[in-house]
Amino acid sequence: MGLLCVLTLTALASNWQKLAEDGLHDPTNPALKLLQDPTESLSVLPPDSTGNKVDWIRALQNGDIKPRSNILEQLEDEILDLDVLIMAAGSAPIVRFPHKAHTEWLDCSNCHEHLFKSKAGATQFTMLDILQGEYCGTCHGAVSFPLTECNRCHSVDPDEANRIQREMATAKAEADDKQ
Amino acid sequence: MRLQRVARFLILCLIVMSSGIAWQANAEYADVVLNQKSEKEGVRPVIFPHWFHRIRFKCKVCHAELGFKMRVGSNHISMENITAGEFCGACHNGDVAWSADECDLCHSGKPGLKTGIRGGHETMGPGIW
Ligand code: HEC
Ligand code: HEC
Ligand code: HEC
Ligand code: HEC
Ligand code: HEC
Ligand code: HEC
Repeated sequence: MGLLCVLTLTALASNWQKLAEDGLHDPTNPALKLLQDPTESLSVLPPDSTGNKVDWIRALQNGDIKPRSNILEQLEDEILDLDVLIMAAGSAPIVRFPHKAHTEWLDCSNCHEHLFKSKAGATQFTMLDILQGEYCGTCHGAVSFPLTECNRCHSVDPDEANRIQREMATAKAEADDKQ
Repeated sequence: MRLQRVARFLILCLIVMSSGIAWQANAEYADVVLNQKSEKEGVRPVIFPHWFHRIRFKCKVCHAELGFKMRVGSNHISMENITAGEFCGACHNGDVAWSADECDLCHSGKPGLKTGIRGGHETMGPGIW
């Protein structure tokens, strides 16, 4: 039991490197001790397996962190709760793009219109573009969860995608009928 | 056709995974090194930690309100515009955060680092393919 505890603790401790040993910070800098080691604040947030090893979406939704939206005055966030399915993904499962998780952090202008047009399917790009740091890869693989997490984006199997699309088409037809 | 697609998928997997193996340890994910001018002008490179700042600010504060472009090195940050209240200086002004007098807190990098974004765990970030 004790051994298990020690093992878990060392596994946890090794999630984040000390600044002095991270290969980036100059260990001879006298001010280094004033900087915070990532373990101090990241280890108390909801865990994840990659990136900063923090589930940032959950941390925000749980209120574990309360990042400001504005430095001049606290403006209301513009949150959009709209999922977009991005098709043409060949044999890979279809991509579901959730606006909600994104607009909790970002402004529309961070993506529209220079990365993506505001019309489903209007922007053409491939996985290779993403891997080269364009489109979704502007953030994913740099700051947001890395591109190794295929199934977080490729999360909808084709049958379910067909069903969702049919439902959306019916809903639209009904809405048009009402007009 | 289908086989070809599966093969492409597997190759992509391999590329991504091998980049993860080649880039273990070193830096916290999303740390930014800024060294376009610093070392040439006799100070250590700057290290900007995304993890530390995103606990306190949403992305849009820096990348929409303050106008930091999302491409490392594209913002032409200098001490002159920082002390004039732009970029880091919009907060590091002794008001929102400690002031630009604290040289060693920002200029904390090892000599010789290249400007760029670091991925501590999985990828080297974009621009390497
Ligand atoms: C939106 C406001 C904001 C901007 C812009 C900003 N910072 Fe900060 N920064 C902060 C705050 C707030 C703190 C925490 C201050 C405190 O603890 O008193 C901080 C702390 C830091 C720290 C110390 C982290 C630690 O371990 O304690 C460093 C280093 C830093 N900033 C570098 C930078 C650099 C470099 C830039 C520009 C590229 C920058 N910051 C831009 C708000 C900002
Ligand atoms: C992280 C990037 C990102 C942010 C931030 C973002 N969007 Fe989008 N948006 C997308 C993507 C990706 C698509 C789908 C594009 C495609 O399918 O080609 C999209 C599509 C749309 C569409 C078209 C939907 C449809 O069914 O045709 C609208 C409308 C839209 N966005 C509005 C907004 C608004 C309003 C905001 C701000 C509240 C916002 N977006 C923020 C990435 C973003
Ligand atoms: C950040 C989200 C994201 C991640 C992570 C991601 N993908 Fe994709 N992928 C996409 C999007 C969006 C497309 C759709 C491009 C299009 O319109 O065809 C796509 C398309 C594809 C395609 C279709 C062919 C092509 O080149 O467009 C394949 C195959 C693929 N991805 C494989 C992968 C694999 C393997 C991984 C993990 C190593 C992965 N993807 C991770 C978003 C992602
Ligand atoms: C402007 C930056 C940006 C772009 C561009 C972007 N994302 Fe994200 N994405 C984020 C951030 C920030 C998060 C929050 C989690 C994190 O930081 O890891 C996130 C989270 C996600 C999540 C997790 C949602 C959840 O509820 O768990 C998915 C899925 C995702 N993104 C898919 C995509 C896809 C697909 C694209 C391209 C069509 C894309 N993203 C483009 C910044 C971006
Ligand atoms: C306190 C300010 C601040 C906050 C908050 C912040 N960033 Fe950044 N970001 C920066 C700075 C500074 C750079 C480097 C700019 C340069 O080199 O000119 C940067 C660079 C980037 C880049 C470019 C990486 C590359 O590959 O070139 C991306 C993408 C990015 N940030 C995404 C995000 C996302 C997503 C969030 C929210 C989860 C976020 N940032 C929060 C300040 C910030
Ligand atoms: C808030 C963070 C921060 C603080 C504090 C700071 N700097 Fe800088 N400094 C930067 C950034 C960012 C750059 C641009 C980095 C690059 O690309 O080389 C820079 C660049 C420089 C340069 C290169 C030439 C120029 O003017 O841009 C010198 C010299 C410099 N700083 C000296 C100092 C001195 C001396 C202090 C203390 C009085 C100081 N810095 C405090 C962030 C900071």
